[in-house]
Amino acid sequence: MKETRGLIFDIKRFAIHDGPGIRTTIFFKGCPLECWWCANPEGQKKEHEEIISPFQLEENDECIKDVIGDEISSQEVIDEILKDRVFYEESNGGVTFSGGEPLMQPEFLQSLLALSKQEGIHTILDTSGYGTQSIFEKIVDDVDLFLYDLKLLDMEKHLKYTGVSTDLILQNLSFLVDKKQNIIIRIPIVPGITDSSANLNQIGKYLSELKSIIRVDILPYNKMSEAKYNRLGKTYKLSNIAPPSDERMSEIKNQLELFGLKVKIGG
Amino acid sequence: MNERVKKLREQSINAKPSLSLERALLLTNFYQSSATDKTSIPVARALAFKFLLKNKKICINDGELIVGERGPEPAATPTYPEICTHSMKDLEILNTRSKISFSVDEETRQLTKDRIIPYWKGRSIRDLIFENMDKEWIEAYDAGIFTEFMEQRAPGHTVAGRHIFHKGFQDFKNEIADALNNLDFDNDPEALGKKEQLKAMEIAADAVLILAERYSEKAKELAKKEKDSKRKQELEQIAEICNYVPKNAPRTVWEALQHYWFIHLGVITELNTWDSFNPGRLDQNLFPFYKKDLEEGKNTSEEIKELLQCFWVKFNNQPAPPKVGVTAEESNTYTDFCLINLGGVKEDGSDAVNDLSYLLLDVIEEMRILQPSSMVQISKKTPNEFLKRALKIVRTGFGQPSIFNTDAIIQELLRQGKSIIDARNGGASGCVETGAFGKESYILSGYFNLTKVLEITLNNGKDSRTGKKIGLETGDSTQFKTFDELFEAFKLQLNYFIDIKIKGNNIIERLWATILPSPFMSLLVDDCIKNGKDYNDGGARYNTTYVQGVGLGTITDSLSSLKYNVFENKIINMEEMLKALESNFEGRNELWMKLIRATPKYGNDNDYTDKIMKQVFNEFYMSVNGRPNTKGGCHRINLLPTTVHIYFGSVIKATPDGRKEFQPLSEGVSPVQGMDTKGPTAVIKSASKIDHLKTGGTLLNQKFTPQFLADDDGISKLLYLIRSYFRMDGHHIQFNVVSADTLRKAQNNPELYRNLIVRVAGYSDYFINLGESLQNEIIERTEHLSV
Ligand code: SF4
Repeated sequence: MKETRGLIFDIKRFAIHDGPGIRTTIFFKGCPLECWWCANPEGQKKEHEEIISPFQLEENDECIKDVIGDEISSQEVIDEILKDRVFYEESNGGVTFSGGEPLMQPEFLQSLLALSKQEGIHTILDTSGYGTQSIFEKIVDDVDLFLYDLKLLDMEKHLKYTGVSTDLILQNLSFLVDKKQNIIIRIPIVPGITDSSANLNQIGKYLSELKSIIRVDILPYNKMSEAKYNRLGKTYKLSNIAPPSDERMSEIKNQLELFGLKVKIGG
Repeated sequence: MNERVKKLREQSINAKPSLSLERALLLTNFYQSSATDKTSIPVARALAFKFLLKNKKICINDGELIVGERGPEPAATPTYPEICTHSMKDLEILNTRSKISFSVDEETRQLTKDRIIPYWKGRSIRDLIFENMDKEWIEAYDAGIFTEFMEQRAPGHTVAGRHIFHKGFQDFKNEIADALNNLDFDNDPEALGKKEQLKAMEIAADAVLILAERYSEKAKELAKKEKDSKRKQELEQIAEICNYVPKNAPRTVWEALQHYWFIHLGVITELNTWDSFNPGRLDQNLFPFYKKDLEEGKNTSEEIKELLQCFWVKFNNQPAPPKVGVTAEESNTYTDFCLINLGGVKEDGSDAVNDLSYLLLDVIEEMRILQPSSMVQISKKTPNEFLKRALKIVRTGFGQPSIFNTDAIIQELLRQGKSIIDARNGGASGCVETGAFGKESYILSGYFNLTKVLEITLNNGKDSRTGKKIGLETGDSTQFKTFDELFEAFKLQLNYFIDIKIKGNNIIERLWATILPSPFMSLLVDDCIKNGKDYNDGGARYNTTYVQGVGLGTITDSLSSLKYNVFENKIINMEEMLKALESNFEGRNELWMKLIRATPKYGNDNDYTDKIMKQVFNEFYMSVNGRPNTKGGCHRINLLPTTVHIYFGSVIKATPDGRKEFQPLSEGVSPVQGMDTKGPTAVIKSASKIDHLKTGGTLLNQKFTPQFLADDDGISKLLYLIRSYFRMDGHHIQFNVVSADTLRKAQNNPELYRNLIVRVAGYSDYFINLGESLQNEIIERTEHLSV
């Protein structure tokens, strides 16, 4: 496998909400979408960018700026991944490629997946599904499990809240289903945006017709990333939205279960 | 928990610790009479012990099933003037300090002044120790390079083996008689000495039988007066039990617990032994009785649980004896380090977890008291179910039980030359110390301040805090061209101070062996009787002396910073660095930020620093390991701090890792507080690069917020972390499960958080009892809550 380089913004070890077991998550920088609720706004832009550090020398000092984005070779990433092999083995964990959108750096992704498989490490691709089918064709054999986002099925709303249409996303999902891939669907629950009865029913119905969906994870929206938006100089459009209550999450779970789906709250 | 236990538990928690002169006065009376004129020292000690047990107050608390207090009442804590004599100022401090105070009444003050101090001044072993130390030792001690365990408390550091649950003191007396018969005066030059030791042990055995008899009488007397028929019956039964044990080997769980408790009282009355004493592998030791009780229908498992809970309360009624001198102000806990072991493997190597192990976990969870502390031993054969059960208790945030690696413990013991059986019967006690239970005296001699040695090296032998030259002149550090040159100098300095410490140990060990033998303890630990030798004089089958390294994280990060910033990247030269340290980074914020943020740190699974850590570890190991002690054994190392990393930090100015002056050092083998930014797997990987098997124990602290463990998934993830660490030979790991917010609230409103127990470093304590700096440190510790 030829050595490739890519741009990432974080490597998170002991990731425990990105699939089974203890995992290392590689965050690719750059995403074709721009979801209003995105928890990793620093992962959207596909170039380096500056962020104000939460660390300050003294109260009146100028703020310190950090640069987000690491150009890194696939071998360096693999070395980092392998550091936690013992934990993957004990916990049936592995590596998760996330972002941003890993599909935006197809060669880098392909090389990382292949190298991971060579090492016998369980691989997960956490994706918005927004990429060309030809990329999926190239990687599908090296992915053990897909964490596949579904947000809104209404085309206009999808366009409004994410910046892109749903076409590619749905096409690719059915491609993966046809290929009998292991898929967990992830739905961000953002009150007033993705949690409408209509949207959930649409998604439920749509998924109930797909085979090979292992489970649906509903992820309650949270405000943890608001500060990051400010530090990046981005506007956070959801300031006024409160996270869904536990009761609401259970309701949604029940609603989706009516479609014969296996549903889990949280990742 | 039933009404009885609830009441006893409340009483125990609410008992206000006080200082009791009962023991000190009896002992002084005894030595002032001429009773000891014609006897050898060991026999005199045994007679004094007998005098104490014959004359001390007998106390049976309302409703209790296991009887016996060390003092005249719960939490009335004796002093040991023959070891260290409290001054009037000490009493004042103990009485008035806000944390871990002991009330001292007017009578106690007066008697201390009139009776205790005049007799013991200059006679206490503490006085003798300081008299016998040379100038180098005193200077190093004053500078905070090491501490000395034996200047305030007796060498105990040992744990009951299984055999004491199957022997009565009549059996011990028979063994003594045999040993006396076998003395070979023709060929053994030590025969006379042995005879005196054995005579002393026999007297000590009689002493505890007298105590038991007195308890039996007292119970009978109370039974007669008792109106409540159920309690009357209980008291009659207690009288019977105290009449039977510890003279004979116990037959039931109740007898076994009372038997052990008399032994425990004997040990902690004879001397103020370190880590009190400990019933060891409790689920193993009690199991035969438990099984038999259930089979014969003597007791239900509920009743056994009640007995165990009554037993728990007894430990909590005995606060650690207060210290003297500076430490009186600083001492951070009432806990006396009795660590109950559960799980592990049996003698034949098979998994040892049994029904009683689970029942004992229930007891621990329900009792939630400071003492005794508890741990689970996890081997590769231990079922996950057991570990999960234990973790569900950890989750409740009370800091118990801590988690130990049986396979590592066994390998550590084997490496030290113990037999496989003794190794499998062993475990960990105190904070994290590995020992062959019932067969070994494993003495912790003092903490060793690795970072202070580096500071002195950087200043060419001078203590930069006091300006005094106390070390070797290992060269002007501003002239060092390479990191290796610096490290060589550090090595020389380290060996210089270790030599001082070991020389001191060898003298102090002899003082204890000759002046304060412990005939009662000698009965309990194999093979003191057989060898006719005192526990403090090498009578045990194995004799190990430890030096405990402290601040591995801080010294590693400091060396890493010098290597990275001074020698390799040359962002600052040594002279400038020393100036910055001297001025506590005053006006050097940018530099300070670089040291904190842009310098490789231990605990991040980064080979650059971890290699330095290994270098430090190896030098420390080489300088100590294998050097003979005076008891036929040798010195070894372990890595644990209890709370001394705060004191050690308070004598060190700013360090090259960015630590500000007088701030605490890192503790155990944990990374410097807040510097582990790559999460728990990276911490564990870094910590597993230590060669744990060459130590007698290491301590790794991890803190999780409660949310992390809220569900079974969190528990599983923790379990995987532990299994992974143990697969890499990690010795021990413990978890604080609290949120920083809760702790901050507790700091501001202590009255509302009186129940909050946190694990500090090998033990648990009430958060509100901790000093402010320790509280702050716990709050700061990296939270590994994954969001
Ligand atoms: S697809 Fe994911 S990474 Fe991309 S903007 Fe949306 S939430 Fe953020």
